[in-house]
Amino acid sequence: MAERYDLQEIEVWDGNYAAAHALRQAQVDVVAAYPITPSTPIVENYGQFVADGYVDGEFVMVESEHAAMSGCVGAAAAGGRVATATSSQGFALMAEVLYQASGMRLPIVLTVVNRALASPLNVRGDHSDMYLGRDSGWIQLDAFNAQEAYDMTLCAFKIGEDMRVRLPVMIHQDGFITSHTAQNTNPLQDEDAYAFIGEYETYQEMLDFSKPVTYGAQTEEDWHFEHKAKQHKALMDSRDVINEVFDAFEKKTGRKYKRVESYMMEDAEVAIVALGATVETCRLAAQQLRADEGLKVGVVAPRCFRPFPFDNIREALKDVKTVCCMDRSSPGGAMGALFNEVSAALYSTKNRPLVTNYIYGLGGRDFAVEEAKRIMREQKAHADAGYITTQIQQFSGLRGPKLGFFETNRR
Amino acid sequence: MKGVCATENRGTKEIGSEELVGWDAVTQGVVIHSFEGDAANIASLKQEERCYSEFSSYTATVASWRVVKPVYNRDICIDCQNCWVWCPDTSIISRDKQMLGIDYDHCKGCSVCVEVCPTNPKSLLMFAEHDEIEKALESWPQKEKKD
Repeated sequence: MAERYDLQEIEVWDGNYAAAHALRQAQVDVVAAYPITPSTPIVENYGQFVADGYVDGEFVMVESEHAAMSGCVGAAAAGGRVATATSSQGFALMAEVLYQASGMRLPIVLTVVNRALASPLNVRGDHSDMYLGRDSGWIQLDAFNAQEAYDMTLCAFKIGEDMRVRLPVMIHQDGFITSHTAQNTNPLQDEDAYAFIGEYETYQEMLDFSKPVTYGAQTEEDWHFEHKAKQHKALMDSRDVINEVFDAFEKKTGRKYKRVESYMMEDAEVAIVALGATVETCRLAAQQLRADEGLKVGVVAPRCFRPFPFDNIREALKDVKTVCCMDRSSPGGAMGALFNEVSAALYSTKNRPLVTNYIYGLGGRDFAVEEAKRIMREQKAHADAGYITTQIQQFSGLRGPKLGFFETNRR
Repeated sequence: MKGVCATENRGTKEIGSEELVGWDAVTQGVVIHSFEGDAANIASLKQEERCYSEFSSYTATVASWRVVKPVYNRDICIDCQNCWVWCPDTSIISRDKQMLGIDYDHCKGCSVCVEVCPTNPKSLLMFAEHDEIEKALESWPQKEKKD
């Protein structure tokens, strides 16, 4: 029996430590992991919990992230509650197995501390790895601070393991800004956290010898499409379960989460859409612009990046004049992913607000409140002019000559 | 040999001949259950006694993939079980350490069994798929003399 860990009502935790405690409280059966910056302390602290008797499960050290996720797939198919952590290059190395996990409908929990992808080699936070996972068939939850990293990790088990879902879940937090910044965090006591998640329910487990089962069967053009469609439907349908779990979490803790978080949007003319810790920077900027300059600015943030909250995004942004989508990943010859997806959602609204795109913060480049305010003022200028007065895609915080792409045809 | 090799459900359908159901009817997670019902004691049952499921490869045949086939000569065989050990497709049928024949529904004609057969002449030889077994046995080579 695992030892109980005495927790204060308020603990000072960074995002990594918060995630490690959430994994401990979930009493995971198998963690197979290969530590990588900046998510190393999740694995390190979890290993400490195991060594100190706070965890009953197995902790498996492996030779790579590909092996880590492969170990997770095997353990989950065998019938265990399974989790791991990674970042960046490790995430990229896991990529092949991520698709295996979701295709096999295994509710593995992966805590991802977002970090840039090389080259150039970089350990700081951006969303390249998170974006790499966006077609992998996983549910992707986004935490903007340490408290949310803890809360979302607890919710992730309950969402993924629900019999109506049975899909793997990632919880994203920003490298260093969230993972290494200690903040006041309100944890649940061990028994409350475990009661919230519940006992692990097995399904089609390989260790049931009375019903031997093959995982990862080969299908060709005759069956593959139907299996992928069924998987996609499960991911789309997980939206209702995510709502239910967030409601149950609010009842337990008083902390309210939604698949799309809207801030100061009631009468907003201008909206910024962002992910990660940047959401909090933008909220502060909106607060200040409203107080000091009377600008009607709001912030919209997908808490749930996959399944993409197409309907909620549309609802949140349908009455604004201008939307600026902030993408923290080099888009590699396209508009940013958030821009593309938000634009697609808004295309089927009556109002069709102007939508612009900023690429920012790559490789951990700082994004400060003043820059968020400048961008918001610029969006207000678009709104007043009735058209996009700058190029549609611009770069924020980049040295050198101004870089941007595409003019509007709508003026 | 009959009664052991020719089981009711073995090799009864061609791969790809199963009913093509829609996305709502496929298994969750692309899993395949090997047996119908409780299979807890399956290891103690012989193949012909097992309740293989529709999607088990046991019930399917891949005979059409083969262009050459191994023919087995009972008169020479010493029941050493080498072929049974080495066959990559579990297509050598053996009971109580006695070699009974070849499962032509699953054999793909790789000739590993012939390669590992230690007798002189060999007890297994490859023939064209269309060659008749009786004629193949009649044309069996003589023992090779040592120099």
